[in-house]
Formats: sequence, C-alpha cells, structure tokens
Amino acid sequence: MSQTPVIKVNNLDLTFETNDGPVNALSDINLSIDKGDFVSFIGPSGCGKTTLLRVLADLDEPTKGSVTVNGVSPSEARMSRAYGYVFQAAGLYPWRNIASNIKLPLEIMGYPKSDQEDRVSKVLELVELNGFEKKFPWQLSGGMQQRASIARALAFDADILLMDEPFGALDEIVRDHLNEQLLKLWKSTSKTICFVTHSIPEAVFLSTKIVVMSPRPGRIVDVIESDLSPNRPLEIRDSKEFIEISQRVREGLRTGHTDE
Amino acid sequence: MSKDANRFFPILSIVTLIVLFWYGFSVVLNAPWAYDQAKRQSITLTLPELVNKTWSQKRPKLPTPHQVASEMWDTTVNQKISSKRSLVFHAWITFSETMLGFIMGMGLGIALAIAIVHNRATALSVMPWIITSQTIPILALAPMIIVGLGSAGFSGLLPIAIISMYLSFFPVVVGMVKGLKSPEQLEIDQMKTWSATGPQVLLKLRLPKSMPYLFTSLKLAMAASLVGAIVGELPSGGGGGLGFRMLSGSTFGNTLQIWSGLFSAAILAAALIAIIGFLQKIVLNKMSLEP
Repeated sequence: MSQTPVIKVNNLDLTFETNDGPVNALSDINLSIDKGDFVSFIGPSGCGKTTLLRVLADLDEPTKGSVTVNGVSPSEARMSRAYGYVFQAAGLYPWRNIASNIKLPLEIMGYPKSDQEDRVSKVLELVELNGFEKKFPWQLSGGMQQRASIARALAFDADILLMDEPFGALDEIVRDHLNEQLLKLWKSTSKTICFVTHSIPEAVFLSTKIVVMSPRPGRIVDVIESDLSPNRPLEIRDSKEFIEISQRVREGLRTGHTDE
Repeated sequence: MSKDANRFFPILSIVTLIVLFWYGFSVVLNAPWAYDQAKRQSITLTLPELVNKTWSQKRPKLPTPHQVASEMWDTTVNQKISSKRSLVFHAWITFSETMLGFIMGMGLGIALAIAIVHNRATALSVMPWIITSQTIPILALAPMIIVGLGSAGFSGLLPIAIISMYLSFFPVVVGMVKGLKSPEQLEIDQMKTWSATGPQVLLKLRLPKSMPYLFTSLKLAMAASLVGAIVGELPSGGGGGLGFRMLSGSTFGNTLQIWSGLFSAAILAAALIAIIGFLQKIVLNKMSLEP
C-alpha cells in the first residue's frame, strides 16, 4: 500500500528549559506512521517516548523540526479531534458514572444528546463493559477503569489512538487480557494506534512496528517492522518469530545504553 | 454506641468544667455587691448565704448559667415574636443580615477566585488588595460603611449585609482559588486533548473538583458573616438584632441581656454552620468526593 503517512516526523528536536539548564528530551527524531499501523514506543524512562507522544498530541511543542498528523500540524489535528488520548491513569471523574464519563468529551465537542447515548453503548460494547453504564469509577477495578478510559477515547470519531502506558499500573494477568482485547479492538476498528510502553512482550505482542528509543538525548535507535501474523493468540509469545523480535528489541535497548 | 459515648464524654467533661468555673466566678465577681448589701443591713454572711446571694442578683456582674438560661427562656418563649423584647425578633434580624451578607460574599468570593485563576494579571493586581482588605479592623471600617451608605440613601439590612460580605468573601476567595487549581496536570491535559474551551474546563472540571474546598470555606464565611452582622449593628442604632441587643444591654448595665444575646448568637452560628456541614456531607457523598 503506498499512501501518505498518517503521522510524519522530520528532524524533530525538543529541549526543555529547566532550573538545572536545558534538557535535550528528543533529538533528531524521524518517523513515519501509516494508516492502520499499531506502533509501540519502547525504551527506558527518560528516553522521551511519552514526550514524543505528547508532541503528536500537541501537548508539548517541538523546539525544531516538523510534525504532521493527518497532513496538518498537531495543533490543527487536535482542533479537528483527530486523535483520542489515553493517559497512564484512567482520569475518570468520581462524580460522574461510567456512561457520563464517556459522554464528557462528547458534551465538550457538542454531539447531540441522542447520538451520545448511542455512542456510549457502542464503545462500552467494544471494551466489554456493557452493563456498567450506571456504575461509578470507585465501583470498578483498575483494569475496568482503564477500559472505560479507552472507551472514552474511542467515543468520538478519531482515527488515531494515542496511548501512554495505559496498562502500566496493572498486574500482569489483567494486562495480558487487556492486550488481547486491545488487539481485537484495533482489528475491528482499523484505527492507527501509537502505544507507549516499557514492556518488551507487550510491545512485540501488539505492534506492527516497534520504535526502540534510548535516553540522554532521547532518540530512536531502531525501528522494527514486525511480520507476526495479525491473528495473535497469547501463545504466540512462545513462537520462534516472537522471540527473535524480542531479542532485536532487547539488543536495541542495550546499544542505546552502552552509548552513554 | 460506644463510639458515640467516646465522642460524647470529652465534650461533656469540658462543658461540666466550664459550668463549674462559671458558677465559681459568679460568686467571686458578684461577692462585693453582696457584701456591700449585707454591710448596709449590718449582717454578716455565711458562705452558703453568700453563694445563694451571688447567684440570684437582679443585676449581677456575671450572671450564672441558670440565670442566662431563664432570661433566654423568658425572652423567647414568653414574648411575642414581633416584640422588641423578643430574642427571636432580634435573632431573625441578625439572621437576615448574615444570610444576605453570606450570599453576597459567596458570590463575590467565587467570582474573584474564577477571575484570579483564569487571569494572571488579575491575580497579580487584585490579590494584594484582597489581603490588605482583611488587615483593616472591621470595627473601624463598619461605622464608615454605615454612614457612607446611609448618606447615599441605603439604610437597614443592606449596609450591614455589606459589612458581612466584606468579612465573608475572603475565606471563599482563598479556598476557591485553591479548589479551582486542584485539578491535576493530567486532567488539564486531558481537557486539552478534547480541545475544551476555558468555560468548559471551568464548568465540567474545575468547579466540581473544588466542591470540598468550597464547603470548608463556606463554614468559615458563615461564621465571619455573623460576626460582620453583629459588628455592623453596633453603629447602626435603632434597627435591632443581636448585636444591638448586646449593645443596649451594655449601655444599661444589663448583663443578663448581654449574655443571652451572646448565647443566641453562638447558637445561631452553630446552627448555620451545622446546616452547611450537613449539605457538605450530602453533596460530597453524592459526588464521591468524600475522602
């Protein structure tokens, strides 16, 4: 498929001014993401993977270089509601029930009332939370809260889903389950997903493309196109191909570190 | 049940202690007059007689709790509500002034807090004045406000309510600035990803999130508002109210009137603050914001 990429990053640099002097958070980032890609950003803390995601979402501004999302600047993309963003914490409002939490972005964006209801039941079905409309966040487990937060990001028609370590705070069993669900969801909605993680198995299991990053300055050390079949049961993690890709990711992370 | 007993016992013991001290001081403070009377009649008082006399004077220096209680009973239940001798009549006036001042103070406080949180220039220019306003003794300011507004044609409830407002908006500003700033960075970023407007962030995130701060501030504001109303009644003259009642008691050396006015004010304050506490519990519980 030859098409214009959904996300294009050229020679991006980002320096934060701090009290201890400038910190080079991202250096010379070049990246292109196609429609329907599932891209994982992996690296140790401080490698700038979250910062890169925040730049794509127009939450941080690059110092140098260019970024386009859907062919326009991140700020225009944000204004045109091009992406849904899932944060590390679910960020549900305790005074709103699950349905009403999912409606929140819809209210802000001015969707008609009847449409809001339809969308809520549709996305709750996608994350398998139907029946929980009237529950309040404190009545849900951590994994369910994070699923509700994903549902909220899916509720409006964004083609891009940006996810910043959404399962980072969850235990491994819940995490495996959510990874399977996310994969299913990605296949059924054909969205483009950018996914920040520091777990190698998670990155390899989910992605069509793995971006390996390294700190000080934050940069890309390897981009791995995964040729794992789109149908991935959890057992695929024991397969030869899976292990090979994991090794390549690990090597990338190691080279990044010895460079210091 | 034992939990209630645990809460009740310390309170009860302190109250008992206060009442004992009070009776003791009544004896000490009222003794000179009792001795004086006895001397005129050329009799000497035994201790029980002295105690009995000090506790039942018509115009004691320090009336006893039971005298205050009976005076309060007398001026609430045994008086027509519309009578100038009724404590209910005066309490109602003070209550009206307090509530009007409280509502205006709450409105002003919230409005200022919203302006301060949204606009750095406002924060820098207005905040120092807000703090300065509270360093001026209200006793000095109250007569000026009453006289000033009086010459502009405002008298009665409004000038006093304005003094109440002057005292009560401050805790609301301070609390609400903190409350409106209480959303975390993540919640603000989240709003930004949805391209929410300033008013939307205010309405859907900042205001709901500030509710715990608001109620705490409102309790302080209510107490301040009542103090403002009483202070405001002093230079106003004629109108009535608990402050006026205490002032007239003081003018005529009627300590019973002062003390019963004082207690009415305390009961009024406790009741008003308890109502806010009750609302706080219901609202925060409903919003799952109770810690």
